[in-house]
Amino acid sequence: MSTINPMEQDMENRMPESLGMQAMRRLFRNRMALVSLAFVVFIGAICAIGPWFLSHDYETQNRALGPAGPSAMHWLGTDVLGRDQLARIFQGGQISLKVGLIATAVSIFIGVFYGLASGFWGGRMDSVMMRLVDVLYSLPFTLFVILMTVIFGQEMGLIYLAIGAVSWLTMARIVRNQVLALKAQPFVEAAFCLGQSHWRIMTRHLLPNLVGTVVVYATLTVPSVMLVEAFVSFLGLGVKAPMTSWGLLIKEGADAMEEYPWLLIFPSLFFSTTLFALNFLGDGLRDAFDPRASKEI
Amino acid sequence: MEMIPVLLVIATVVFFMVRFVPGGPFDQEKTLPETVKAQLNAHYGLDQPLAVQYVRYLGNLAKGDLGPSYRYPGWTVNELIAERAVVSAELGFWGLLVAVLVGIPAGAVAAIRPNSWLDHVPTSLATLGICIPTFVLGPLLILIFALKLGWFHALGWNEASDRILPALALGLVFAAPIARLTRGSMLEVRNQDYMRTAHAKGLSAVRIYFVHGLRNALLSVVTYIGPAAAGLISGSFVVESMFNIPGLGKLFVMSAFNREYTMICGTVLFYAAALLLLNLVVDVLLVLLNPRIKAE
Repeated sequence: MSTINPMEQDMENRMPESLGMQAMRRLFRNRMALVSLAFVVFIGAICAIGPWFLSHDYETQNRALGPAGPSAMHWLGTDVLGRDQLARIFQGGQISLKVGLIATAVSIFIGVFYGLASGFWGGRMDSVMMRLVDVLYSLPFTLFVILMTVIFGQEMGLIYLAIGAVSWLTMARIVRNQVLALKAQPFVEAAFCLGQSHWRIMTRHLLPNLVGTVVVYATLTVPSVMLVEAFVSFLGLGVKAPMTSWGLLIKEGADAMEEYPWLLIFPSLFFSTTLFALNFLGDGLRDAFDPRASKEI
Repeated sequence: MEMIPVLLVIATVVFFMVRFVPGGPFDQEKTLPETVKAQLNAHYGLDQPLAVQYVRYLGNLAKGDLGPSYRYPGWTVNELIAERAVVSAELGFWGLLVAVLVGIPAGAVAAIRPNSWLDHVPTSLATLGICIPTFVLGPLLILIFALKLGWFHALGWNEASDRILPALALGLVFAAPIARLTRGSMLEVRNQDYMRTAHAKGLSAVRIYFVHGLRNALLSVVTYIGPAAAGLISGSFVVESMFNIPGLGKLFVMSAFNREYTMICGTVLFYAAALLLLNLVVDVLLVLLNPRIKAE
């Protein structure tokens, strides 16, 4: 102990308090964000393990029963083909949340590398790359997702990829701005002067400093990609029956809403509350990681 | 001016993407004999090598010709798009009007006293609005106002009152981000020097706030019109299908179902051109509104 000089010791003590911990503290003070986090975890958990506890699965039809309102047997009623609505909502939730996570992962992968390259190499390459992002921004995403599902077929895996492939623009822009700011910092200049390779500077010095920003915008990307999936499924160009997603359930509910409004209301409720919680959580994370950014946006 | 290369790239990408689809436009009618199908393919030049088709397509494109429709024989894609685009443009206009008329006042009111109930109510509603997408809001509107209350028709685009529900379904979703933007930039504008000058001149608080303040705060809202238009187009796919409106969105979704090459390419190009043009207009508008932004 005595060999550590006071300054170093001071550094040790302060290290855990910096950035990550501060952000966590700020997040824990934000009660709405915590409630949202708990809600999202709860929804994810019941969609994942709920089906194990139900006596009905999502595709077994009970035509004798047909569409029935909520009852002790079927808590949220049954759909037009007599399938248990709760089981279908759980199954749809699994798909919707899976789309949210996988497509977000794809968009992080593309967006981070695109933004990193653009910001790091800068100059003419940067302006061309960012111009491309501007142009893509002005075109509707759903148009491309629809095009891709038309071309590659309505396969689940491809839907994940297609949605991820059109959702990376904001991520790329934010990462690029962050990289530009970081590049002007002394520690990056020092790394350049030490003759470190570009790859090493990117992976060792830039990427770790991007984690907070990426986490924040990834959280905000999840609800937006879920929205795109639901959009496309609603049009009948996304997830295919008998598989289902919340978007498709809302579509089926909308078709039958005059006689059986619960088929529209329950999936809409699940979908909207989950989106709401995810957005709140994302806003909370943004406030926690970067209190300044939340005022600007 | 970069519009033309951008459109060319989009045309090329969409042309080749669509051609790689397994199954042509005439595969859906299973009753069609092979010989008839071959004749149809020959008639539309679909039996030619891809490169020939591509060059021919670009040649026609340069003349502004998007090709014939396979689904509606005797019609060209141009005619169909022109006819449908008018309907969609009207729907988009009403939708945008709803978004602006709800969003801007809500945001302006919210910024009068930050963190009071006057702020919390519109801000919470705006967050809620972001999470109730068009395809949830639309059916709910139909259910309540058309089916239960019977005030409007559930479907169609014939009478003036048929515009109301689709415009609400399309526009309310965008009122939320507009309200947020207005609130944010109003809060910023409040502290500007010219606002203090206006106070010093003895102008009334209402006039300062809504004339001097709001006018400058609206710049960020104008910037948002570009992305909003892209969103409105996505929204129109759903709204037009839902309310059975004969617009371009419905045409696009149908042609995606039917794998109609020329129609898919045509609508995508039309959308892209319209949006690029709109963004250009927005850029010009921004310079006019704020002389400090000089065209670079």
